[in-house]
Amino acid sequence: MAIKHQTPMLDELEKGPWPSFVTDIKKMAEAGKEACADLLGQLELSYKDKEGHWKHGGIVGVLGYGGGVIGRYSDVPELFPGVEHFHTLRVNQPASKFYKTERLREILDIWNRRGSGMLNLHGSTGDMVLLGAFTEELEPIFGEMTSKGWDLGGSGSALRTPSCCVGKARCEWACIDTQDLCYTITQEFQDELHRPAWPYKFKFKISGCPNDCVASIARSDCSIIGTWRDDIRINAEAVAAYAGGELAANGGAHGQETKLDIQADVVDLCPTGCMAWDGKTLTINNAECTRCMHCINMMPQALRPGTDTGATILVGAKAPILEGAQLGSVIVPFMKLEEGQYGDLMDFAEKAIDWWDENGKNRERIGELIQRLGLSEFLKAVEIDPDPRHIREPRSNPYIFYKEDEVPGGFQRDIADYREKHAR
Amino acid sequence: MQDRITDIGPPKYDEMWPDVIKDNYGKWLYHDILEPGVLLHVSETGTKLYTVRIPGTRLMTTDQAEEYCKIADEFCDGYFRFTTRNNIEFMVTDESKLEALKKALADKGNMPLGGTGAGVTNIVHTQGWVHCHTPAIDASGVVKAVMDDLFEYWGSHKLPAQVRISLACCLNMCGAVHCSDIAILGVHRKPPVIEHSHLDKMCEIPTTIAACPTAAIKPSKEEVDGEVYKSVTVNADRCMFCGNCYTMCPAMPLADADGDGIALWVGGKVSNTRSMPKFSKLAVPFIPNEPPRWPTTVKIIRQIVEAYAADANRYERVGEWAERIGWERFFEKTGLEFSHHHIDDYRFAATTWRNSTQFKW
Repeated sequence: MAIKHQTPMLDELEKGPWPSFVTDIKKMAEAGKEACADLLGQLELSYKDKEGHWKHGGIVGVLGYGGGVIGRYSDVPELFPGVEHFHTLRVNQPASKFYKTERLREILDIWNRRGSGMLNLHGSTGDMVLLGAFTEELEPIFGEMTSKGWDLGGSGSALRTPSCCVGKARCEWACIDTQDLCYTITQEFQDELHRPAWPYKFKFKISGCPNDCVASIARSDCSIIGTWRDDIRINAEAVAAYAGGELAANGGAHGQETKLDIQADVVDLCPTGCMAWDGKTLTINNAECTRCMHCINMMPQALRPGTDTGATILVGAKAPILEGAQLGSVIVPFMKLEEGQYGDLMDFAEKAIDWWDENGKNRERIGELIQRLGLSEFLKAVEIDPDPRHIREPRSNPYIFYKEDEVPGGFQRDIADYREKHAR
Repeated sequence: MQDRITDIGPPKYDEMWPDVIKDNYGKWLYHDILEPGVLLHVSETGTKLYTVRIPGTRLMTTDQAEEYCKIADEFCDGYFRFTTRNNIEFMVTDESKLEALKKALADKGNMPLGGTGAGVTNIVHTQGWVHCHTPAIDASGVVKAVMDDLFEYWGSHKLPAQVRISLACCLNMCGAVHCSDIAILGVHRKPPVIEHSHLDKMCEIPTTIAACPTAAIKPSKEEVDGEVYKSVTVNADRCMFCGNCYTMCPAMPLADADGDGIALWVGGKVSNTRSMPKFSKLAVPFIPNEPPRWPTTVKIIRQIVEAYAADANRYERVGEWAERIGWERFFEKTGLEFSHHHIDDYRFAATTWRNSTQFKW
């Protein structure tokens, strides 16, 4: 098929060693997919204009759901009719993004027949993002998808599709079962995920250890990070192998030829100074360890997290809009989360979300609400006692909002009594 | 609506696992990166699992996804996975299959091994001009141009530590790039242009006013071609171009060819390793949009990466390096210009000013 639109600027993105999305989409355009040809045409126009060419929003969806589909229309449909409608479907990914090809092909096949043929593997939140459907295709796509066992993810003021790291499936550091937890939360909150009813979006992200490979601490309203309470497990033989230069430093991250200097690279870089090395034995004062993972990352064959595992739960992380970016704040320093026993977590989540749902303003994330009403108010709502682990440092201003019942005799006083003792 | 299937959620994770993952779930002992792009995981069962990592473009066609499926069918019993950072991983247990897999990927030409260890892995990013309605920049094109340039760091382990680069095409930050070693952020610099003749029909005025974090929007009556319309005005001095008004009100677009471009941020991290997680800080307030290959952005990112590579201690992330040497040194060593825009004047600004006599010349 002849090339529909000339794309001299995009053609420049076919050069170079990194895989080219232009080359990929062009091939599909040349095979006759009109949406692909017109997407490239419109993108070329955006490159020329240095402005995007999508209209603002558009309310479309599938019956019974309030989210999962993002409406999108071209603002130059007469030039690019193949992308006149370019709606997105968010398809809930399997936890940690393993795929059986036979199952992934179910989605690819539907999308080939009924959609643009272009997709994101994956969107930032974690969903598979099918990019570019016409309105009349949305229902049939949904019907075919669900009949194969797939469902839509979240959008709008709803629970967003939870996501997690690779976890116990292929990582030795996973202190919690991230995939089971992610799947369980997703199933538990199906209604809240598909029918937006909250002040704004709410995200759960689950990492198996403090390395936090899904960046949960930066971007999830409820960040669940695996950790442990007991001692780091030491394999003395492997310590000797690192000392003797038999094993590569940092799990080979700097090349197999880079060896480890246990004193300089491990002990001296420990942020708490809780380790010692006498040339033969590595000792850890575990009571002073903050479980930062540095030593474990450096010598994965010699050190492992302990076995009394659970998670730290942090609340309130978000990107800048509206009040500025926030990292998650520690709320539950440690919670046991044995496989299948997630009652404590669900109770906590319910209390936290109820408080936010009740007090949050339109488009206010839970982290912003906590800023507005105070961390203490939130701790009271989720029934957690204050703990030094909640803070970086105690307050340095003297402006404490004492409540009347905290002060003997309350706030009601008689000025006459005062004046009896103190002249005006 | 009868017989309609809803609320079933995603397929259960273990339906997507090959036997080797089922058999070794929770039993992994350690890992070792054998070479850039090749990981070995060893289980307490004695199983050795080799993972080969290649980059995905995030935006791809079903044909491209099918290519990956075919490789997985041929070498990995029909299973593979994607990482959080848009990489693709193929897993095999047999060393001879590993070599055949590596060769098959090399023959493809667009499936280079890498993205592991002390290098630059794939850039997480947003939609840009490909799909979004509020972007200040494109996403996929910038990523392609930057990764072409940094390609030597994709397939090598020669940096002091891993460098995580992320891109978001506007301040909404779908990609949550605010804790990255290097963040590429699309920014607007002109207040919204207001379509007075349509605003009241397209937008709810009170919600639009409430959407502004700096209270820069107020209601007004505006005359257009002799007709008076209920609309809003924006106090340009209070506008920091977040675009939140446009999110609420389509009659207030911000996009502008001259106003829009890229800001670069450095030194964020999400891991708790050694130092606590931290935000990225402003390095370059504005670089114009330069499609198709954004040469100034590409050049400055390389400048930052090279200064870091030359000066940081091994294991030190970009942010840890900048904090150790001091920000005055960071600007000196990277050759970047320091301006008024680098000094915070938003909420909590004072917490970022220097309250000490300690500094370097």
